[in-house]
Amino acid sequence: MTYIAKPKFQHPGLKKNELGYTHRDYEGKVSTLCAGCGHDSITASIIEACYELSIEPHRVAKISGIGCSSKTPDYFLGNSHGFNSVHGRMPSVLTGANLANRDLIYLGVSGDGDSASIGFGQFAHSIRRGVNMTYIVENNGVYGLTKGQFSATADRGSKSKKGVTNTDNAIDLVAIALQLGATFVARSFSGDKTQLVPLIAAAIGHKGASFIDVISPCIAFNNHAGSTKSFDYVREHNDAVNRLDVLVGRDPIAVDYAPGTVQVVEQHDGSKIALRKIDADYDPHDRLGAQTFLARHAAKGQIVTGLLYVDPDAEDLHSHLNTVETPLNTLEADALCPGSAVLDKFNASLR
Amino acid sequence: MSDKKPISSVNDFVVRFANVNGSGSASANEMFARAILRHGVPVSPRNIFPSNIQGLPTWYEVRVTEAGHLGARGGVDMMVAMNPQTWDKDVAGIEPGGYLFYDSTKPMPSTKFRDDITVIGVPLTAITNSTYTDPRQRQLFKNIIYLGALSALLDMDPKLIEQLIGEQYKGKEKLLSSNVHALHLGRDWALQNLKCPLGLRIKKSDKVGDRIFIEGNSAAALGAVYGGATVCAWYPITPSSSVAEAFTAHCKKYRHDPATGQAKYAIVQGEDELASIGIVIGASWNGARAFTATSGPGISLMTEFIGLSYFAEIPAVIMNIQRAGPSTGMPTRTQQCDIIACAYASHGDTKHVLLFPEDPAEAFEFAAAAFDLAERLQTTIFLMLDLDIGMNHRLSRPLKWDDAKQYDRGKVMTAEMLEEGRDFGRYLDVDGDGIPYRTYPGTHPTKGSYFTRGTSRDRYARYSEEGSVYADNMQRLVRKFETAQDLVPRPLQANAERPTKYGVIYFGSTSPAMDEAIGLLEARGHQLDRLRIRAFPFHSSVASFLAEHDFVYVVEQNRDAQLRQLIVNENGIDPVRLVPIVHYDGTPITARYIAKTIGDHQDHLKVTPLRKAVS
Repeated sequence: MTYIAKPKFQHPGLKKNELGYTHRDYEGKVSTLCAGCGHDSITASIIEACYELSIEPHRVAKISGIGCSSKTPDYFLGNSHGFNSVHGRMPSVLTGANLANRDLIYLGVSGDGDSASIGFGQFAHSIRRGVNMTYIVENNGVYGLTKGQFSATADRGSKSKKGVTNTDNAIDLVAIALQLGATFVARSFSGDKTQLVPLIAAAIGHKGASFIDVISPCIAFNNHAGSTKSFDYVREHNDAVNRLDVLVGRDPIAVDYAPGTVQVVEQHDGSKIALRKIDADYDPHDRLGAQTFLARHAAKGQIVTGLLYVDPDAEDLHSHLNTVETPLNTLEADALCPGSAVLDKFNASLR
Repeated sequence: MSDKKPISSVNDFVVRFANVNGSGSASANEMFARAILRHGVPVSPRNIFPSNIQGLPTWYEVRVTEAGHLGARGGVDMMVAMNPQTWDKDVAGIEPGGYLFYDSTKPMPSTKFRDDITVIGVPLTAITNSTYTDPRQRQLFKNIIYLGALSALLDMDPKLIEQLIGEQYKGKEKLLSSNVHALHLGRDWALQNLKCPLGLRIKKSDKVGDRIFIEGNSAAALGAVYGGATVCAWYPITPSSSVAEAFTAHCKKYRHDPATGQAKYAIVQGEDELASIGIVIGASWNGARAFTATSGPGISLMTEFIGLSYFAEIPAVIMNIQRAGPSTGMPTRTQQCDIIACAYASHGDTKHVLLFPEDPAEAFEFAAAAFDLAERLQTTIFLMLDLDIGMNHRLSRPLKWDDAKQYDRGKVMTAEMLEEGRDFGRYLDVDGDGIPYRTYPGTHPTKGSYFTRGTSRDRYARYSEEGSVYADNMQRLVRKFETAQDLVPRPLQANAERPTKYGVIYFGSTSPAMDEAIGLLEARGHQLDRLRIRAFPFHSSVASFLAEHDFVYVVEQNRDAQLRQLIVNENGIDPVRLVPIVHYDGTPITARYIAKTIGDHQDHLKVTPLRKAVS
């Protein structure tokens, strides 16, 4: 099996971003996922976000684990290096890559099986270390590639396509990410591009561990009645706390909304996020409040979406380790090797 | 009371200290070993310790060896019995004619001693209690007091010990003088109350030379610093933890930018071994030199990633400080038991490069070389140490570095090369050595990017599940492994004085015991050619050595003769011609054991020793 080649021609009038790239420059191979898969919508949102941010495509490293979601990095940013690694181990591979070169943008793509089951530990530890990354879980509550087994994010009581009822409690990765100290936590829905694109863009601009849980229905194995991850179910139970309407780099923003309904968040790198508040009482700077809010709504069967928490002054793993500004992978013997004179002294101290 | 003549020996005997873990004896015992070194007499000390922090028995053995035999000898000439828990076994272990040193504060029944040894009682507790009131001081200084008494009994120069104390407590005058005081308390008591010196004596010599006294783990960690490692990820496991800890200490000293204070390295203590190797793979994929240190159970956990490293061709350096397995096994005892586990680690058809350093100096050299090899070969390189080398101070030739040396970063295609229009296929064998070019992420806006996967891709890293494409790649990986043969450290051969049909193969920490055993075997009239294997894949000289000898002994420290299996398997050798000599009780192999087992086997083969035939 090989891929269908994607035609290279494009409309001459295609819009270009600040760097002169078109949408096509952010695309990848043709997707081999099922037609209508929620994951393909997320791929489209990633392309859109990177285009809007005018990121140089090759300055992104795309890293994934194993599963349907983990295949997707091949379908966007074709000029970026990608790494389809080991099941559940994307976080460690990404952590290592990030340590080697702090200058690239790290996009971790994972699924609910990859992050909530086999890789739950790695998910947790990469978040608590504050690795500077955008960690996206394409969450469909089901193992797609192995044909429909429940994953650990499947809600208790939800039904599989074969009619089996899930009796295990679900893991809410957003709640866990908040508890572990992620400094940017959001949830969205693959079918809601207007909410998702700015969230991805804001997460990329965030310096620190950004986590986005994207509910992404599996049209083959988890889009039936009785599923709590189907398109219909999510649309009916979606409770957005806010929407990112404007995200405009470092420029000042002017938003035409009634006072009090828009909240501007300035991130560490100078980028600004304009949040349109839907739930007037919701404060995205209050970690504890976010946790309570989330738990209260989960009890009511509501799926809270939007930017749930952000710490604009977050630090990342490199600041904790006090590493040099120069990427470690560019250092050579002159910078790394102490040399023979030092070794002679070392020897002398051991006699 | 002895009915056996006391052992008399100058600069050639074994002293064993039996202590309770956590009693502060380790530093006094180490000072004893260092003091003998200062007399110009080589020593080979070994820690025999439990998997415990406080309370269980621990031993420290010092082999005093003017001849420079650094392997374990076996047997104890003098026991410093400070642990009532192990008294009976300790006393029983003394060689006939040997010496027992003990704390005689409380009287012991005569049944607790032996008639064929010399018993030396020093009232250590009484001396300590009459001098110190603080319980902690009493415990610590008791150790220094016995060191003082031993210095008199063994005729050691107290000035040399004082000098060591001075170096250790430089700038801490109070501690310095109180330690010197304790030393003389013990020494003076012995001189006044005992017949000093004993038959065992230390005499000044000049056999230490410029050698250094260092643990293999520290040397390997320094090798990683010199070899340019910038990322280290690890998970604590005995006996490897001190590699990462030493790397941290060395980096703090040598790897901070003097102007900014920033670190030219990143060390992460992973949540487990899976994360540790994942971080190493991620960092190496992105062009940094990265390593992890672990031991057997950690290797088991890492094997999925090790397979990925092999198939996706990502450099990695794994230092495996071997110990007796499993997790609830004997983590503080030494073995060479992960040879097969590492050589063929992981799923599918995999083979990995192993390096076998024999001592700290080689641990340093091979550790540094491992990073060049990993990047040149784009695969995992195992540095196979063991507890015996890793966690014991070993007298070793000084560490050396050539300042002209540049790192071999392997085949990396740069933006300039891509601009020139060089054909980039991530898995394309352009030079016929099986090694393809790689690019670092972020190299070029439109050229050189690729999607990393295991094997479902073609020479240009394009997705493919075609059988022929898979097979083509697997054959190239074999070619690459053949290339490795000539890049790894070659075996070292030492022939017997006279031509012989018998040979012996050995590796790693067996080295000093083997060197000594050769002398013992020669004394029995057995001539053997020696081949020390230093790496896998095996160089062609291994096959030649096997072809040149009728029988070859393979000496190793595991039950299943794993290196022998590897040699048989990789060289298609008739197994009958390879005689396994194995030692696997968790203690380091000794020259006596090797000489006896090989000697007995030679006798069994009805080999008439040359000397007998001639006489």
